Amino acid sequence: MTGEAVHAGTRGGGARGSGRLGRAFAGTMGRALPIFAVVLAIVVLWYLAAFWLNAQWVLDQAERAGRSVGFWEILEKTMSQERPRLPAPHQVVAELWHATLGMKITSKRSLIFHAWVTLAPTLLGFLIGTVTGLLLAVGIVHNRAMDMSVMPWAIASQTIPILAIAPMVIVVLNSVGVTGLVPKALISAYLCFFPVVVGMVKGLRSPDCILLDLMKTYNASRWQVFWKLRLPASMPYFFTSLKVGAAAALIGTIVAELPTGAIRGLGARLLSGSYYGQTIQIWAALFMAAILAAALVGVIGLVQNWVLKRMGFVR
Amino acid sequence: MTANSFWLAFAVGFWLAAFWANVKLAASAWSERRIVRLVVPALFGITLLVLWEGIVRGLAVPSVILPAPSQIAVRISQSLPILWEDFVQTFVKGALTGYVIGCAAAFLTAIIVDRSPFLQKGLLPVGNFVAALPIIGTAPILVMWFGFDWQSKAAVVTIMVFFPMLVNTVEGLRAAEPIQLELMQTYNASWAQTLTRLRLPAALPFIFNGLKISTTLALIGAIVAEFFGSPIRGMGFRISTEVGRLALDMVWAEIAVAALAGSLFYGAVALIERRLTFWHPSQRRG
Repeated sequence: MTGEAVHAGTRGGGARGSGRLGRAFAGTMGRALPIFAVVLAIVVLWYLAAFWLNAQWVLDQAERAGRSVGFWEILEKTMSQERPRLPAPHQVVAELWHATLGMKITSKRSLIFHAWVTLAPTLLGFLIGTVTGLLLAVGIVHNRAMDMSVMPWAIASQTIPILAIAPMVIVVLNSVGVTGLVPKALISAYLCFFPVVVGMVKGLRSPDCILLDLMKTYNASRWQVFWKLRLPASMPYFFTSLKVGAAAALIGTIVAELPTGAIRGLGARLLSGSYYGQTIQIWAALFMAAILAAALVGVIGLVQNWVLKRMGFVR
Repeated sequence: MTANSFWLAFAVGFWLAAFWANVKLAASAWSERRIVRLVVPALFGITLLVLWEGIVRGLAVPSVILPAPSQIAVRISQSLPILWEDFVQTFVKGALTGYVIGCAAAFLTAIIVDRSPFLQKGLLPVGNFVAALPIIGTAPILVMWFGFDWQSKAAVVTIMVFFPMLVNTVEGLRAAEPIQLELMQTYNASWAQTLTRLRLPAALPFIFNGLKISTTLALIGAIVAEFFGSPIRGMGFRISTEVGRLALDMVWAEIAVAALAGSLFYGAVALIERRLTFWHPSQRRG
């Protein structure tokens, strides 16, 4: 996703003449520098916000102790509180480092362990969702009755906040005896199937009339048209929807962990952090989730580049 | 024939009949008519409800696992005041406020970003990246900052809708063709004139795409944020407590209200889109 945006960014800027600054940094530098600048700005803003939000606590503490504090002391204390309103970036990074590399993976406090607990149902749900989405899309493209009846409901199903249903699905499945990976995976599958359906219906319909006509002059069967024309043509759409679907599947799993009293998984870390006011723990779990999402999307992006290049979509 | 097997047979029979009718209707000469386009999906939806009712009654599924649609309907009619209170708390105060603030902020940011190519190149990839992250995870932090009432829910919604809206608007501001931009230049149009007369109208399909995605995100954000703490009203609060009491008919009643609200919200935005972007190929009918 990021790669495309970078590409689109340069193209859009170039079309209108991006000014002296843009031209001076043409090439890789021109792409990396603005991103770096924005990230840097975010970090700086974050530090400022951390100072601003945490200063009150320091002042209160000082007042209670009956002494005044200077600016530098406030600055130092806002950056190293145990339960800050907003932890400073380096505190979060330190906690991430400590929770991933600083302890055994099997430890109950290891973020890698929790990330794996979240990742496994995400992958299963992603698989279920993608397969369901593909089958539905193939049905919708080839059958008019299905197109007319299923498509409106697939859209309506997404206006239902499935995340609100998640707690109930889990409680009910638990009471029937289905536990472990499957309930979480089903919820992430539900969030994941929709982007795949929409993207693949678009993709399978993307071949031009002229190509479909050509297949007809070859007397190709529907089966042949599907395998030789529709499916290959839909590949760019397929990968784009996979990326959206993977991100959605991860969100589904995290939310599925929230309401069920789960004690393992990133969602459970978020929840327990919010109960006990452990803000640094929340932020670390949040970053771990972000890293997972970025890794999933990144892996799909790599596969996409490789496949599309081999198929001749990208030169 | 017992009552149970009667219900099961009725549901399956209805399903087959509706299936047959839909296939016939879709293949018939009238399949392009407006009424058929409405009847086919409606029949499909009714079939789902009948199947649901039939299976629950036929297999005697206990209502703590899955209540029948008829039970849910009764529950809705009995608890309208509670449902309305929750709706106002979650949807009107939380979701709608956050939606308006988030979309407006994203729109203004997009216009500022648009003036600076440097910002564009830097913010867009970052925005795209953030849009794919599980932003819902910030809910506990925001609840901690803004308290349990609707303000924190609005804040969660604001952040959730901001990035999809930003990315779409920036994308849309690029949608004007070079030849149209050159025409504006030959008119000696200022930046503001070009923006209001050409580029914003050209961006509308993208902006509405962002607005539509945001409608569902807004409702989800407001409901999930209530899991992390809320006053004793609100849809998310009600769902999580009623699940604990195994009063599943009430949970489904809330879900029905949420689905209805979400669909109407989406439909309203889509309707405005149709009014404003009637010229776009995707809106042409016939």
